Amino acid sequence: MQLHSDRPIAVDVRDAVKVYGDFTALKRVSLSIHDNEFFTLLGPSGCGKTTLLRMIAGFEDVTEGSIALFGEPIAALPPHKRPVNTVFQNYALFPHMTVLDNVGFGLEMLGRSKSEARKRAGEVLDMVQLSQFSSRKPSQLSGGQQQRVALARALAPQPKVLLLDEPLSALDLKLRKAMQLELKHLQRETGITFIFVTHDQEEALTMSDRIAVMSAGELQQLGDAREIYERPKNRFVADFIGDTNLIEVTVDAVAEGQAKCHLGGGHALICDAVEGVKAGDKVHMSMRPERLFLSEEPIAAEGFRGTVRENIFIGTDITTIVALNEGPDFTIRASNSSRGNSRVFDIGAEVVVNMEQGAGRLLTD
Amino acid sequence: MAGGASTGGSSQSETFAPARYWLLLPSWVTLTILVLAPVSMMMGYSFLTKEFRGGVIWEFSLSAYDQFFFDRGLFGDDPPVLQWTYISIFWRSIWQAGVATLMSLVIGFPTAYFIATRPEKERAIWVFLVTIPYWVNLLIRTVSMKFLLRDQGPLNDLLVGSGLLSEPLTIVNTNFAVQLGLFYSYLPFMVLPIYAAAERYNFALSEAAADLYATRWTVLRRILLPSVKPGIVAGCILVFVPSLGSFLAPDLLGGAKNFMIGSLIEEQFKGNAGNWPFGAAASMILLTLVMVILLISARQQAKGGK
Repeated sequence: MQLHSDRPIAVDVRDAVKVYGDFTALKRVSLSIHDNEFFTLLGPSGCGKTTLLRMIAGFEDVTEGSIALFGEPIAALPPHKRPVNTVFQNYALFPHMTVLDNVGFGLEMLGRSKSEARKRAGEVLDMVQLSQFSSRKPSQLSGGQQQRVALARALAPQPKVLLLDEPLSALDLKLRKAMQLELKHLQRETGITFIFVTHDQEEALTMSDRIAVMSAGELQQLGDAREIYERPKNRFVADFIGDTNLIEVTVDAVAEGQAKCHLGGGHALICDAVEGVKAGDKVHMSMRPERLFLSEEPIAAEGFRGTVRENIFIGTDITTIVALNEGPDFTIRASNSSRGNSRVFDIGAEVVVNMEQGAGRLLTD
Repeated sequence: MAGGASTGGSSQSETFAPARYWLLLPSWVTLTILVLAPVSMMMGYSFLTKEFRGGVIWEFSLSAYDQFFFDRGLFGDDPPVLQWTYISIFWRSIWQAGVATLMSLVIGFPTAYFIATRPEKERAIWVFLVTIPYWVNLLIRTVSMKFLLRDQGPLNDLLVGSGLLSEPLTIVNTNFAVQLGLFYSYLPFMVLPIYAAAERYNFALSEAAADLYATRWTVLRRILLPSVKPGIVAGCILVFVPSLGSFLAPDLLGGAKNFMIGSLIEEQFKGNAGNWPFGAAASMILLTLVMVILLISARQQAKGGK
């Protein structure tokens, strides 16, 4: 993977605060988005991700802090003076204009002649494979097609940064998956910086170079997909991204980068230590279900004995819920394939829950 | 509407088909008694001969229309010359109603937009405030307006008293007074349809346009106005049409010089001096004019909606 940190900073948000009346939507958020990066703002609804996007677009003013675009402060500029374009959640296509005029609108506003705007609009429509619909009105298109028109309209003026506000949320699953890849390719081809807002963690993991996980108006963690998934900083991130077993553990000793812990019922385990954790602390540990596996007999010293409660077949995987003897429940996911060490046990079977190397991750809050 | 039901529905509309006519009966009866019958009577009367003390003689005659358009001299035996008196009254009426409509649009559009952009809970209150003056009878409102605008009225007292003007401004008995009166009478009919259209407007469209480098003025002209155009057209018709036939405002605020069609028609049916066939003919001409305006705007709407 290329290092984005070598590239110039496209959008620089410094200590951005947004207050509505007595509600603080954004609490001092700082982040830098690099040029040519596919950057995702991820979080549940109300976390402030859309507010931040709208502040970059210029639809919301900045209560405190600054926003710069390639080094130029833009917080005081009205939306029509910012060289960024937005793909809106419900597309916001102009209903009284044809598809071609919708796509050409931005160029026309930039002072290009109508014929030039139409020519360029035609090219962009070609790029999203919609040229045969150019003389239709938006209402005569399907949701997926409208989505592409919205994308073409925002790309046509060749913005420095493209903002996408949950653009795929209205599409059905199959179409959404196809569009995710298409967006990713489009970003690579055009070299435009994409800032993508979504609440769908899978979507974020699929497309992004880097992800900013947000919650309650604060930035929780910033990193690439693997980092966010495998090394979550806190309970919120571990829980929000993917499925996980969040287990309360007591730290018994910390030494040489390793932490010796035990969970309820006295089951002991050893994992990587993280900064700020010391002996005697009660903290949470995240264990991804696919990094746990079951066996009949203990394989290593730190297996947990328990009983199979339930098997859930979900196509690609089989999820098993195991109740430990004196201890919490665990969710274990095994791939539905004959390879590997996955093995499915009947309900009621006595089993041992095993952890892969490094599967347990201590969380400080 | 019936066409839409029969093409859209299948078995359901067939089940209701016989009942549909019965259920529509009250509407048909009401429309016949209140619209079809009076208009037919008016049309009939316009082709009758006038009786000198009001009323009609049941004899077919085109003299009412002839009197409207042509001048045949004092004794009616000169060659016909185009009669400008009534045509100019019509023209003035159209002009006055047009200016009143324009004033309503200029004030009504921002008002409607303002209401539509309030938080949802507040909107009902604003709409209510707009309609409050209309709980008072039109006659009383028009008389009050005359009182406010007259030379020694409160407005002029204020203007002269504050030193802005040295002499009172004559407003009553001018065209402007009539326009003002019509504007005030029918303003809500402009505000409400535009509000209804603006409330349905997707404000994300304005944002999208601004995002695509459109200035505020361009957003208004290219995006907002076309989107709320049906409301504007409806508002203009609802103000223009009653203004055209109005007689209270021109009578009370305009004086004898600023006569409008409504007053002309009213005169024909008042006391013994009237001329019923002539009044009916003038009404028919007014009705035709309004119908033509409505047809043109309906055609425009149909074209725009495609």
